[in-house]
Amino acid sequence: MNLSNLALGLCCILLLAGASRVSASDDAQREMAKRLEACTPCHGAAGKGTDDPYFPRLAGKPAGYLYNQLLAFRSGRRKYPPMNYLLHFLPDTYLRQIAEHYASQSPPLPAPDPSDVSAAILAEGEKLALAGDAERGLPACVSCHGAFLTGQKPGIPGLLGLRASYISAQLGGWRYGTRTANAPDCMQVVAGNLSEDDVRALSAWLASRPAPANRDPEPEGTFELPLTCGSQVMEGHQ
Amino acid sequence: MRSSFKLLSASWLAAMAAFGLSSQNEARSEERLASVIEKGEYLARAGDCVACHTSPEGKLFAGGLAMPTPFGTLYTSNITPDVETGIGSWTSDDFYRTMHEGRFPDGGLIYPAMPFASYTKVSREDSDAIFAYLRTIAPVTQHNREHDLDFPYNNRSLILGWRTLFFEQGNFKPDQSKSDEWNRGAYLVEGLGHCGMCHTPINALGGNSEADAFKGGLIPMQNWYAPSLTSNKEAGLGDWSIEDITDLLQKGISHRGAVYGPMADVVYNSLQYLNDADTRAMAVYLKSIAQDSPKPATSRLPHAESSLLLSLGKSVYDRECAVCHGANGQGEPPHYPPLAGNQSIQMDSAVNAIRMVLNGGFPPGTFGNPMPYGMPPFSITLSDDEVAAVVSYIRTSWGNSGAPISAAEANRLRSAPLQ
Repeated sequence: MNLSNLALGLCCILLLAGASRVSASDDAQREMAKRLEACTPCHGAAGKGTDDPYFPRLAGKPAGYLYNQLLAFRSGRRKYPPMNYLLHFLPDTYLRQIAEHYASQSPPLPAPDPSDVSAAILAEGEKLALAGDAERGLPACVSCHGAFLTGQKPGIPGLLGLRASYISAQLGGWRYGTRTANAPDCMQVVAGNLSEDDVRALSAWLASRPAPANRDPEPEGTFELPLTCGSQVMEGHQ
Repeated sequence: MRSSFKLLSASWLAAMAAFGLSSQNEARSEERLASVIEKGEYLARAGDCVACHTSPEGKLFAGGLAMPTPFGTLYTSNITPDVETGIGSWTSDDFYRTMHEGRFPDGGLIYPAMPFASYTKVSREDSDAIFAYLRTIAPVTQHNREHDLDFPYNNRSLILGWRTLFFEQGNFKPDQSKSDEWNRGAYLVEGLGHCGMCHTPINALGGNSEADAFKGGLIPMQNWYAPSLTSNKEAGLGDWSIEDITDLLQKGISHRGAVYGPMADVVYNSLQYLNDADTRAMAVYLKSIAQDSPKPATSRLPHAESSLLLSLGKSVYDRECAVCHGANGQGEPPHYPPLAGNQSIQMDSAVNAIRMVLNGGFPPGTFGNPMPYGMPPFSITLSDDEVAAVVSYIRTSWGNSGAPISAAEANRLRSAPLQ
C-alpha cells in the first residue's frame, strides 16, 4: 500500500465515522420522537404546535424553560390535569432529556395569527411590548424576552409562534396567581400590573409577529434583566 | 502472599493496641446501626411510605398530602424526627404499635387509610429498622393538617366499629409446606407491600374482607380498577413467566404488559428499588395465587349494535393504534405492549382500557426503563362513539374474550380525576 492509498483509506474511514455519527444522532432523535408520541396530539410533530390555539408550540424554546415547566407540571404547581397526569412518574433525568429534545427542534413557525382587533389596539400592544410603561411598573417584553422575542437561555421563553388566546390565558394565569414560577417570580410582578386591555393588546400584537431570521434564544447573560427572576436560576430536584 | 498476611496481622494487632477493645466494640455497633438503617431505608421503600407521607414539592416524609376518600379528605402526617410536629419523641415501641395495632402512642385510633391492616404482619425487627431509618431523616417542623371528613366519619370512635369488622391484628405466619422464597414473597405482598389495599375489593364501609383477599376492585375516588391477583382472567399471573413478572414489578414494562395508573405510582416509588431476590420472591408468590381457568365473557350489547360498533372500531384501530400495537394487536414488546391476549383489556370491568384510550400515559421511568415510551391521550381527538368502538374492537379481536362497551360508559370516564 503506497502513501496516497493510505491517505485515501484514512479519509474514507474518517468520512464513514462522521457519517455514522450523524446517523446515530438522527436515530436517537427519531427514537426520542417515538417515545414522545404522547405529546404530539396537543403540541404537534416536533413540538411545532397544532391548530388548537390553547396548546403551545414547544420547539426551539430554551431547554431550561421547558425543564422548569415539566418540573412544575409534574409536581402539580402548574396545573393542567392531562399534563400533571402524563408526567407524574417520570424522573428528572428524563424530563431534562425531553426538554433538550424540544429545545433542539426547529420546524417552521406557523403563519402569524390573523388578528381581529383594531389597528389602535395592536399599536398599544406594540408600544407596551417594545417600551413598557415605567410609570405603571411595566418593563418592556423585549427587555427580558429579547429584542427578537426569541427568549434568553436558560429559563426565559421565546414568545413567537403562540396564538393570542394562549398568551392571553397565560397572562391571566400569572395575574391571578394560578401560574407561578420560582421566587422571585418576576412574571407575576409584571402581570399583576397589567390591565385586561393590556392583556388583549399584548396578546394580539405578540401573536401577529412574523418569524425573525434567527429564531434561536439569546445566549445566557446576553443582556441584563430589569428584574431578578427565579426562573433564570436552574431548579434542582428537591 | 504470606508476608502480606503477616503485615496485615501486625497492623491488626497494632490497631487493637492503639484503640483498645472498647472502641472496637463501639465501631462494631456503629457498623451494625449503619446496616440496620440501610435495611430500614430499603424496607421503607418496600412499604412505599414516601408515596403518602411526602406531598408534591414538600419535604421528605413531612406529610401533608391530601388523600381524597369517599368519606372526606385525609391529610397524611409528618413522620420526620421533629419532636414537636413529627415523631421525634416516639420510641421504637410506639412506632411498632402504629404498624402492628393501628394506634397512636397515646392509644388513639388511626384512620385505616394507613395500611396497618397489612403492616400488622411486619416483623418487630423490620419495624425497628424502619424506625431507625426514619430517625436519620432531616427533622421538619410542619404541623399536621386537620382531616376534613364528613359527618359522621369525623368521629374517630367509629374506627372502633371498622376495626371490629375488618381488622385482624396478627403476625405473618409462614406456610411450612412452601419454600422460603414463596414465604418471603407472601410476607412482602401481604405485609409491607400492602397490595391488598387496592387489589382486595373495598365495600361501602371502606373495609376489605380476608375471604376476598386480592380479588380486585374499583379503587374509590380514583376510578381505576385494581384487578384481581387471584384470577387469570384479570391480573392473575398464573401463566406468566417469572421473568415477565419481575420485569413488570421492577421495570414497569414486560413482554406481557406495562403498569399504568396507580400501579405506575407503586413501581415508581417502591418496587423498582427492591433487589432481585425480593422481586423474584414476590413473583413466585403472585404466580402461585392465580391458578383458576376463567370463563369467557358474554356481551351486554345486542348483536346488531355490537357488529356496527366493531366495524367502526376496526377503522379507528387501523388509523390510530396499529402503528404501535400492530395490525393484529401483537404490539412491539416491551415498549408497545401486546393487546392480543392482554388480560388487562379483557376483564369484566372495561374501566382501565377505556381510561388508557382517553388519557394515554407513560409507564413509570425506572432504573430498568429510564426513558419510557408514552401513549398519546385520545380524549381530544376521538368521540365517545369512537372510543367505545375501538375499546370494543380490542376487547373482542384476535382471540380476546372481553365484552363490547357502550358510548355512555366511555363518556362517564371522561370526567374521571387524573391524579
